[in-house]
Amino acid sequence: MNYDWDWGAVRDSLPLLWDGFLTTLLATVLGTLVAAVLGLLVAMAGRVPTRLVTVPVRAVTEFVRSTPLLVQLVGAYAFFNTVKPLTIGIAVLGIHYAAYLSEVYRAGIDAVPKGQWEACRALSLSPRRTWQAVVLPQAVRNVLPALGNYAISMFKETPFLAVITVTEMVAQAREYGADHFTYAETFTLAGLIFLAASYPTSLLMRKLEQRLGH
Amino acid sequence: MATDPLQKTTSPAAATDAPADLVRFDRVVKRFGDHVVLDRLDFSVQRGEHVTLIGPSGSGKTTILRLLMTLERVSDGVIWVNGEPLSHMRGADGNLKPANEKHLREVRRKIGMVFQQFNLFPNMKVLQNITEAPVNVLGLGREEAEERARELLDLVGLSDKVDAHPSQLSGGQQQRVAIARALAMRPEILLLDEVTSALDPELVAGVLDLLREIAHTTDITMLVVTHEMNFARDISDQVLMFDSGRIIESGSPEKIFSDPEQDRTREFLSAVL
Repeated sequence: MNYDWDWGAVRDSLPLLWDGFLTTLLATVLGTLVAAVLGLLVAMAGRVPTRLVTVPVRAVTEFVRSTPLLVQLVGAYAFFNTVKPLTIGIAVLGIHYAAYLSEVYRAGIDAVPKGQWEACRALSLSPRRTWQAVVLPQAVRNVLPALGNYAISMFKETPFLAVITVTEMVAQAREYGADHFTYAETFTLAGLIFLAASYPTSLLMRKLEQRLGH
Repeated sequence: MATDPLQKTTSPAAATDAPADLVRFDRVVKRFGDHVVLDRLDFSVQRGEHVTLIGPSGSGKTTILRLLMTLERVSDGVIWVNGEPLSHMRGADGNLKPANEKHLREVRRKIGMVFQQFNLFPNMKVLQNITEAPVNVLGLGREEAEERARELLDLVGLSDKVDAHPSQLSGGQQQRVAIARALAMRPEILLLDEVTSALDPELVAGVLDLLREIAHTTDITMLVVTHEMNFARDISDQVLMFDSGRIIESGSPEKIFSDPEQDRTREFLSAVL
């Protein structure tokens, strides 16, 4: 292989990629927040003892999980054509991952021992206080590692946002690469930035997990 | 069940008994599927009395405590506490109907329970475990609740563990905290469900000594399920011997442990003593 690596392209594209990276980061952080909160609400709604709630909730989460993220993005972009693309992207990422996280939360809530619920009843704690003070803190601790993994996975799926015109990092790399015909350099750089961000995050999650271990 | 519309708090069934009855089981049946755990059970406990339930595993002893704590619902019959229905409530027509959650939340406040597996909240420190319910259920101020908690920790001999997490305590220490947590709600009735069964042998005596002290120095009514027969003999006013969901014999500890009438009781005692 005798490819003529262009260090100049690496240097020149870096500021653009950095801009894109900030968009990627914003989408990931906000998307994760939406997913974490919405996923929890969905998991709690699944425990309401009436089918009026559980059946529709179940139907929506099944739909979201059974269709590709790309299709959901393009569909939402076409449907809500007056909303800013980045906003749509964050909402779709958040809802898509909420559907997965709701199952994670469900498992986390189920893993809280029955004795904890019974102790709450024996102390006459209200349902609200039972969730807030006892069940959720333990459930969230149970699911934190999985939550971190989904956040990293979402981070790596943000390039899909390019199809709805959000100029995140990979879109920037492609644009610069196309203009200067330096795809190898800019895409390698984008990949390294992803790696540089993901790997320490996953290490951090592992640390956190160890610290929170009972 | 027929009721007297003029007397809100007393049903004919309750009125026929001495008012000293704090707890009364009235033909209580508990079924799990086809399996009958309690079979038309009648018994009563007087205020301040310490009653021990003994008998082989699966004879329904723990179910009685769980029904009183409203962790389970009766299949039939009525449980009365202080002349008021616990398992039921009065409808607009004065008749008894199965209790809803709201009724249960109100009536279970007088009752406290200590579990075999302690069930402390692992996400809270010892102090919070004890103050959580007094603050959020009884509406005590934080300072007052903490003062009460410190007194109770002193009583159970764990003053130095205020800021510890439950996972840092031994089983015996956890169970002492659980006892303090139950007492912090100032229950009229305390239910002890095999509280030493999950403890290492060398930790059992300490917890039992603590419970003896509580039994002898307070006027809390106690219902105790235990396999510790010496403990039962020390604290009980009344011993109920269960077999297959029925009380086959009851009486003072002296009578039951020294001169039981039923062969089944004798057999059981010789196996556990």
